[in-house]
Amino acid sequence: MRFDQRHLLGIEPLRPDEITTLLDLSDRYVTLNKRRDKHASVLSGLTQINMFFENSTRTQASFEIAGKRLGADVMNMAMQASSIKKGETLIDTALTLNAMHPDLLVVRHPQSGAVDLLAQKVNCAVINAGDGRHEHPTQALLDALTIRRAKGRLHRLKIAICGDIAHSRVARSNILLLGKMENRVRLIGPPTLMPSQIADFGVEVFHDMEQGLRDADVVMMLRLQRERMDGGFIPSEREYFHRYGLNAKKLALAHPDAIVMHPGPMNRGVEIDGTLADDINRSVIQEQVEMGVAVRMAAMDILARNLRASPKEVMV
Amino acid sequence: MKAAKDLLICNARLVDPEAGNVRMGALRISGGVISACHDTPWPDVGDADTMDARGKCLAPGIVDIGVKVGEPGERHKESYRTAGAAAAAGGITTIVTRADTEPCIDTPEALEFIRRRASADALVNVSHMAALTKGRQGREMTEIGFLRDAGAVAFSDHDRVHRDAKTLGRAMTYAAGLGALIITHPQEPTLSDGACTTSGKFASLRGLSSVSPMAERMGLDRDLALAEITGVALHADQITTARALPALQRAKDAGLNVTAGISIHHLTLNELDVADYRTFFKLTPPLRSEEDRQAMIEAVRSGLIDLISTIHTPQDEELKRLPFEVAASGAVGLETALPVLLRLYHADTLDLPTLFKALSLNPARRLGLDCGRLAPGGPADLVLFDPDKPIILDRFKLQSKSKNTPFDNARLQGKVLATFVAGQKVYSA
Repeated sequence: MRFDQRHLLGIEPLRPDEITTLLDLSDRYVTLNKRRDKHASVLSGLTQINMFFENSTRTQASFEIAGKRLGADVMNMAMQASSIKKGETLIDTALTLNAMHPDLLVVRHPQSGAVDLLAQKVNCAVINAGDGRHEHPTQALLDALTIRRAKGRLHRLKIAICGDIAHSRVARSNILLLGKMENRVRLIGPPTLMPSQIADFGVEVFHDMEQGLRDADVVMMLRLQRERMDGGFIPSEREYFHRYGLNAKKLALAHPDAIVMHPGPMNRGVEIDGTLADDINRSVIQEQVEMGVAVRMAAMDILARNLRASPKEVMV
Repeated sequence: MKAAKDLLICNARLVDPEAGNVRMGALRISGGVISACHDTPWPDVGDADTMDARGKCLAPGIVDIGVKVGEPGERHKESYRTAGAAAAAGGITTIVTRADTEPCIDTPEALEFIRRRASADALVNVSHMAALTKGRQGREMTEIGFLRDAGAVAFSDHDRVHRDAKTLGRAMTYAAGLGALIITHPQEPTLSDGACTTSGKFASLRGLSSVSPMAERMGLDRDLALAEITGVALHADQITTARALPALQRAKDAGLNVTAGISIHHLTLNELDVADYRTFFKLTPPLRSEEDRQAMIEAVRSGLIDLISTIHTPQDEELKRLPFEVAASGAVGLETALPVLLRLYHADTLDLPTLFKALSLNPARRLGLDCGRLAPGGPADLVLFDPDKPIILDRFKLQSKSKNTPFDNARLQGKVLATFVAGQKVYSA
């Protein structure tokens, strides 16, 4: 078992065997999480700080629970409320925190690349909990774990990712991960919500949802990121739902065993039909949340092992 | 007082952009002016001091249009003293400063102030541009006539692109009546606002806001159309994409008074150099694809792109140590220009006369300056350099106050040995 990363900043630098290592370890934590007594001690003595420069409920809660179950001392910092307002730069914030000797830093930031920048300045392990439109690696890993458990494998699957690809860090991380694991990735959405030259990522692009869904094994819906849009990407939500919203009729075109995923939070009636989202035979949305905790436990566990194995560096 | 002795620089490889050749020879300087250009490396000395160039290259000093000096307002980034020293160390004998200071240079009084500062402190020749519109706001034109009388050699609002074609057209019409040169930054502003990369696979992978290269062509199309209506002398500061070139070619074929430039960075770097969000590679306009870079080198070779500038933009560390999208844009280039561009010479893509045509001769001509040549009668503004000397660039050794070069630690070939302004040695390695 090898995992040669100091941080988890994205899927891009990971090798397929590192992804498998993480997922295998996650599976063990899924089992642990189903027990009444959920405690382990692999992170005991370590300090985990969750720094969220952007609003988050589920991801932050997931990281907090993951850390606590593994015995870490967990602290949450809502960065919008603190020093950022007083004009402190990201690097100063990082250096200030670094002086408190955290071991794991979980960071979400509205700007692409901000977590990479921060990781260069601290000597703890950094986990990217989402940076701008760049990456959200733990989401892609939890999606992969969900798919692997539902489908029994994570290769040679037809996976349709549908919706607002352009503004989605979840989509980028998923495209990278599923590509590395040798799946056929299809992207479905209006051309205005596709990043430029996305076809060069080794994906198939569909602007017609019905064509794109045909025989898909996995249907991954994305949230319409209205807060990231500066206007004019789609004519209206009702036209969007009509053309790109998932309902039972469209889902019938996919493989009969196809599962439906969504990273949440859902806009019911905008990208997904409410009753479909609740259909426990098709929707694995609740499992995704469950897998999220396990994946984050695994990621922090594995980074902590690397941390303990290497001598503590002195900050210059 | 006895007149200073002549200086004879012997045994030099003369890089002559006017003749388009490199030949062994010698150059005589009398009273700050080139008095003779010999075709033998060791001519009769007569009553002159001599200097043995040891077979290194002697070329007309570089004329750099578009240098940002932080006076007034941002003197902690660059002063006239440090900009002059940096230029001298880079073989640049004339800098033409930008008007995008804080406050900007939009009145004759402001221009007077920086002229005084420049003449007191700068080692090299300094000319100044003035803003085209008041406060660079794009609403009312500046006092173009007064500013020109006060010494402004060109008018530009630089990277603040005019949104209002009518205002720009009027300013062009007025400037045309005075024979003043206008410099625009061709971009379609509604597309380029807020963008920090060129759209494409790399921008998508990094999740950065991006602008289509087409925005440059759209901006250039508009500016050229206005130049056609008004008959103004127009220079496009940076043309960096292949798609903009046909329009430029058409305008030149139609006889418009139009020239175009490019920065040293767009000729030597591409968008992938940003790599993991390296903010020293954040430029305006953003770095382009490798195909575009190749097309631009070819355009410089053919003369379609007339001149190369450093677009020297000093930024302090604080403004660069930020997430990529909010970090400041721009790079310093005065000292790195020559060794960096010599990469193209060593790669056999541009020869030395072509390089110095774009660096010295063409910018001087565009501004109506007498320098940029090796011909007798012109000012003895010269650079002596060794094109082969290997160096490793250390950004902390730069003369500029700001150290934001993308070439830190780069292995380069080429070193400036001496720089002369009006026959005076202002730098020697």
